[in-house]
Amino acid sequence: MATIVRPAAATLDEPAVAVPHVTVRGLRKSFGAATIYDGFDVDIPRGRFVSIFGPNGCGKSTLINLIAGLIPADGGDIRIGGKPLRETRIGYVFQNYREALFPWLRAIDNIEYPLKIAKVPKAERRARVERLIAKFDVKINLNRYPYEMSGGQQQLVSIMRSLIVEPEVLLLDEPFSALDYEMTLFMRDQLQKIFNETRTTMVLVSHDLEEAVYMADKVLLLSRAPTTIAAYPDVPCARPRSPETLVDPLFTDLRGHCLEVFQREVRKS
Amino acid sequence: MNRVPSEVLRDSVLPVVGVFVLVLLWYAAIAARLVHPVLLPSPVEALRALWNGLSAGTLLLDFLRTVQRTVLATLIATAIALPLGIVLGSWPRLYRSLEFVIDFFRSTPASAMFPLFLVIFGVGDETKVLVATFGAALVILFNVAYGVMNARKNRLLAAKVMGASPARILFEITLLESLPQTFVGLRNGVSLALVIVVVAEMFIGSADGLGHRVFEAQQLLQMPDMYAAIFAAGALGYCLNLLFQLVERRVVHWSGK
Repeated sequence: MATIVRPAAATLDEPAVAVPHVTVRGLRKSFGAATIYDGFDVDIPRGRFVSIFGPNGCGKSTLINLIAGLIPADGGDIRIGGKPLRETRIGYVFQNYREALFPWLRAIDNIEYPLKIAKVPKAERRARVERLIAKFDVKINLNRYPYEMSGGQQQLVSIMRSLIVEPEVLLLDEPFSALDYEMTLFMRDQLQKIFNETRTTMVLVSHDLEEAVYMADKVLLLSRAPTTIAAYPDVPCARPRSPETLVDPLFTDLRGHCLEVFQREVRKS
Repeated sequence: MNRVPSEVLRDSVLPVVGVFVLVLLWYAAIAARLVHPVLLPSPVEALRALWNGLSAGTLLLDFLRTVQRTVLATLIATAIALPLGIVLGSWPRLYRSLEFVIDFFRSTPASAMFPLFLVIFGVGDETKVLVATFGAALVILFNVAYGVMNARKNRLLAAKVMGASPARILFEITLLESLPQTFVGLRNGVSLALVIVVVAEMFIGSADGLGHRVFEAQQLLQMPDMYAAIFAAGALGYCLNLLFQLVERRVVHWSGK
């Protein structure tokens, strides 16, 4: 079996071998006359953070929606840890937290709701929510309703809701794009902290190249539709990332490389 | 906001201004003899008639009969329209195929249906309630169906990705999503039911009810009684609307936020 040796910059607690966690094979998807995917393959390694970046309409969100089973594929095979979708637990964070949280439930009941669906007994649900809150170290009043909270707080609740089931894969669709810059920076740190602690496989769709590189272990750069992989480089920067990472030559070089690839793909049309 | 106490006092008086102006105009009309004195008694006389009617029980009985018919019509209409609206809203193609019929009869003045209902159900009490039910049910049905159809797709997807079954999504997400619009339907439905009941009480052989009271007082030229009955009907409509608003604010606390 072919194995990929991790770059030297990888931290010690990561496995030295990248094991595919999500495997996409021969994926096909069209919307009307527009073919987005026509025989697309990709592997998302286990316990890694992958960012997806690419030109408008290349199907970034479509890809994670297909992985999450929110929309049906026209063809191909998607497996998570070798299992089909319905046998796995997926966490999904929507761009529009306002329309994703349930406004009739308090924040804490929103977080608990996926456990209710999974038929976890009431007492255990509360205990698990308490544990998650402790891990997050959040200082927001979760007894309030979502519409009484700020955008950042709502998205934090939304992320906690997606993590409560301890998903095998967490998919995030431009989760910070509706937040102001200050809140975006704070939320990136929060997400990185969660990733460092849980090592859940994460896939982030981003429209911000800096964010895509900053957050990720690997950046999946997509071409214009019909979509192929334009590049899939590793991010060699150590974790935890911090504002200094942004001026690290390893970071700036890679971002420059990604930008070149992106511009080449945009010009192709 | 820092508000001076005098401003608070001033603003709390505002809602009374309209009432005050109305009473003034009323007195002015009497003083200027714009209307024959028999047709327009003074506000005091009308209020006295209202008080007497309520304390003697005659007007009170009519009032309660109208409440009874309106509430009954609204309850039956809700019992029919709510489940039907959910079914139609869940299958938009089914709704589209029935939309014209629903819209047509929703737009038909329910009073135009009186003769038909009279022929079918006779002149009894059921006819009044049933015509009101008919009108209210269509309004409620329309709103419930649209509430279900316009449920935020993201919320349904969020529940779907959590692995919720279609039944759970329907009862725990879609239904709650449609609740604000459902309340709009209920509020409009009860208002319409009241209108139809009062008209029905006037013209479909009736021995009681506010509509009957207004009509009879007019026929007998007992003008203070007539105004008293009109006030009672107005107060009823206002209170029903207020009641629904209060319930709505408690139940659908997230509406519009």
